[in-house]
Amino acid sequence: MTPSANSAVGAVLVTGTVFLALALCYRPLGDHMFRVYTGARHWRVERVVYRLVGVDADAEQRWPAYARALLAFSIVSVLALYALQRLQDHLFLSLGMPAVPPDLAWNTAVAFVTNTDWQAYSGESAMGHVVQTAGLAVQNFVSAAAGLSVAVALVRGFARARSDTLGNFWVDLVRGTIRILLPIAFAAAILLVAGGALQSFGGHHGWTTLAGGGQTLTPAGAASQEAIKDLGTNGGGVFNANSAHPWENPTAWTNLLQIFLLLVIATSLPRTFGRMVGDNRQGYVIVSVMAFLALISIGVTQTAELHAAGTVPQATAGAAPQWSGLAAEGREARFGVPDSALFASAATLTSTGSVDSAHDSYTAFGGGMLIFNMLLGEVAPGGAGSGLYGILVLAVITVFVAGLMVGRTPEYLGKKIGSREIKLASLYFLATPALVLLGTAVAMGTTAGRAGIGNGGAHGLSEVLYAFASAGNNNGSAFSGLSANTPFYNTALGLCMLFGRFLPMVLVLALAGSLARQAPVPVSAGTLPTHRPQFAGLLAGVTIVLVALTFLPALALGPLAEGLSR
Amino acid sequence: MKHLPSSIRRHLAAVRAVLVLTVVTGVVYPLAVTGVAQVLFRHQANGSLVERNGRVVGSSLVGQSFTDSSGAPIPRYFQSRPAAAGHAYDTTATGASNLGPEDVVDTLPAPGRTGRRSLLTQVCARSLAVGRLEGVSGARPFCAPGGVGAVLRVFPAAGAATRAVSVNQACPATPFVPRYQGVRVECARPGEDYSAGRTVPVRGAVTRVAVPPDAVTAGASGLDPHISVAYAVLQAPRVARARGLTVERVLDLVRRHTVSPWLGYVGRPVVNVLELNLALDGE
Repeated sequence: MTPSANSAVGAVLVTGTVFLALALCYRPLGDHMFRVYTGARHWRVERVVYRLVGVDADAEQRWPAYARALLAFSIVSVLALYALQRLQDHLFLSLGMPAVPPDLAWNTAVAFVTNTDWQAYSGESAMGHVVQTAGLAVQNFVSAAAGLSVAVALVRGFARARSDTLGNFWVDLVRGTIRILLPIAFAAAILLVAGGALQSFGGHHGWTTLAGGGQTLTPAGAASQEAIKDLGTNGGGVFNANSAHPWENPTAWTNLLQIFLLLVIATSLPRTFGRMVGDNRQGYVIVSVMAFLALISIGVTQTAELHAAGTVPQATAGAAPQWSGLAAEGREARFGVPDSALFASAATLTSTGSVDSAHDSYTAFGGGMLIFNMLLGEVAPGGAGSGLYGILVLAVITVFVAGLMVGRTPEYLGKKIGSREIKLASLYFLATPALVLLGTAVAMGTTAGRAGIGNGGAHGLSEVLYAFASAGNNNGSAFSGLSANTPFYNTALGLCMLFGRFLPMVLVLALAGSLARQAPVPVSAGTLPTHRPQFAGLLAGVTIVLVALTFLPALALGPLAEGLSR
Repeated sequence: MKHLPSSIRRHLAAVRAVLVLTVVTGVVYPLAVTGVAQVLFRHQANGSLVERNGRVVGSSLVGQSFTDSSGAPIPRYFQSRPAAAGHAYDTTATGASNLGPEDVVDTLPAPGRTGRRSLLTQVCARSLAVGRLEGVSGARPFCAPGGVGAVLRVFPAAGAATRAVSVNQACPATPFVPRYQGVRVECARPGEDYSAGRTVPVRGAVTRVAVPPDAVTAGASGLDPHISVAYAVLQAPRVARARGLTVERVLDLVRRHTVSPWLGYVGRPVVNVLELNLALDGE
């Protein structure tokens, strides 16, 4: 076997290992989440929390009340995180860091509350212990739990009949945090420490290197924050280098663990969905569409990176097959090219801003695929919760399209997709592309926007498109060549993240409310079966066609132009 | 409480929820992880620090630069990978170059303007320097002999060439090719704007490349502690010479400090540079 085939085989094996691990977790984790969101009993610690918060945990909420509770919680979270950063110089354990400037503090607060984790700052030089662990990491938990709540509320909309209510936001938030995220994050954090991730809250201390230079230990709760950063599909690293930093992601196996954590909740949720609507086959259809889209995307990115097309990749690789897969620009030696590509795919396919390599330095097609992953709306498998509600909205659109073809009233899971439902679903689908494309257009049309571009030509447009795709879809990763820590980008991307998160969420809850009110339609000969491969194929097709139609012009001017010009 | 409007009550609940969940996930959770970590994995949790003669000299996870005060490589040490400018093994400023695959045109320094080297030129310059240090050829595809990117700007932007400039070679350098499509290639005059032409990187005839890719590229963190086995093998004869050891002995140490891929296929085989250099110092 040639070494070049060897690294391709390695890429396939690593991807296969991740898929196998996820498949093994599908039923146990999915069933666990089903019990968490449908169980009637409260844990004792949860009762204490409800009493302290002052809510009636057994009261059910209609969709507007559910949405208002979600928004109130998020607004208070933004304000709290903003205040924490602005007052950093007065906090203890702040490692002497000054207060964060207003535009950056606003951007960061919004980024973490919206599960985006866009980082316009450099962690090791801007944020002390308290802001990191009691501010940013807290939002890593609760923003993921909030995303899960909205997904579960939508599924209840399908599952319930003639009901006005969707559950209780506070209960879903607290249970998701305490019963799902905390235990898995704790176990993962201990594993990460075992691999070498930092977990100490001391102060900086330095040493003299072998060659006589100076180096400093930058203490941090890296392991505890890293675990929830990946599990909750957040992405905000303790350090600027994020998951490339050896104190955050020390070895090849911690890298694999992090890839697994990125994906595990989103790929198990379809099981929860299947259980809640009373038909596990519906869950299998959803998860197989996610897996199919993810496999294609991962395959494209890994092939593009191993093939190393482009001037600098060719100069680097030197056309020497024995070096295939060795670290290139922006890749760490211990991960190599294929594993880095898998991490990058997993992060952009979920709504995670984690990076273990510099996406800006990817080949034109490899980097273009990463942008495409985000433009897919992050439904393969998507973020914690947001992936499931995203693909269910696409399923609603799919049955509508199929209904148009055969001239029948569309229905999904026994619920009629009438004009109100399809209006909400269409608005959901249009919200994010409008933010991404308008944002990119405004940035390219203004001096302040163009000033941040780091690379020339088509790659410059890719940088800006990547930034707005990342913000609008609450991803958070970046083509970091863009200098985004300016008042213009901090403000524009902050607004983009805010609307990109909460507009779709409110639309989803409205959709859930209108579905829950309906009486179920009996299955008839004209019902499109949604538990068969045929529907999976339709759903995958609709997803790709919708995204392609929306974004092809922008992609053609950015990554495609760059890749085809050589 | 009951007499307050519902919107106020909702926001008060939100404030209390943020506070309570901050205590649970922002105080109890990180402290619990720290407690367990400090008991079970004390060494790792505190940074995997390595000591020599009782003094901390580094972390086995964090790379170091083995250059002297002028930035020249110290021959008796294995060299780490290059780091992106501003991220040279400094733990307080980590990151990557973030330069793209078609970043191939330099900005030449001119009066009143500092230059900027493209990623291609950085790769070519590093390759040349490593080749010189290790006594092998530093030639690579798309690199001119002087260690800059072999890139032409051809005018007009479309159609038959009427003018060609080797944009990364400042006058009075001799262009790496004399002619392009029958047109004489000029050297670049710093300060002149060539952006109207089309960019043509020239691959050249290099077939054998001696310097491995990780030796000419910066990692993603600026702290990459490892190099490829190929780069370690390339450096072994020079280190052996500088230390008066046999090459076999040095290669033996390289083998002992090679980290194999996990399960045989996760990650790449790499050599930990700090640990290898420490072992050499202990010989």
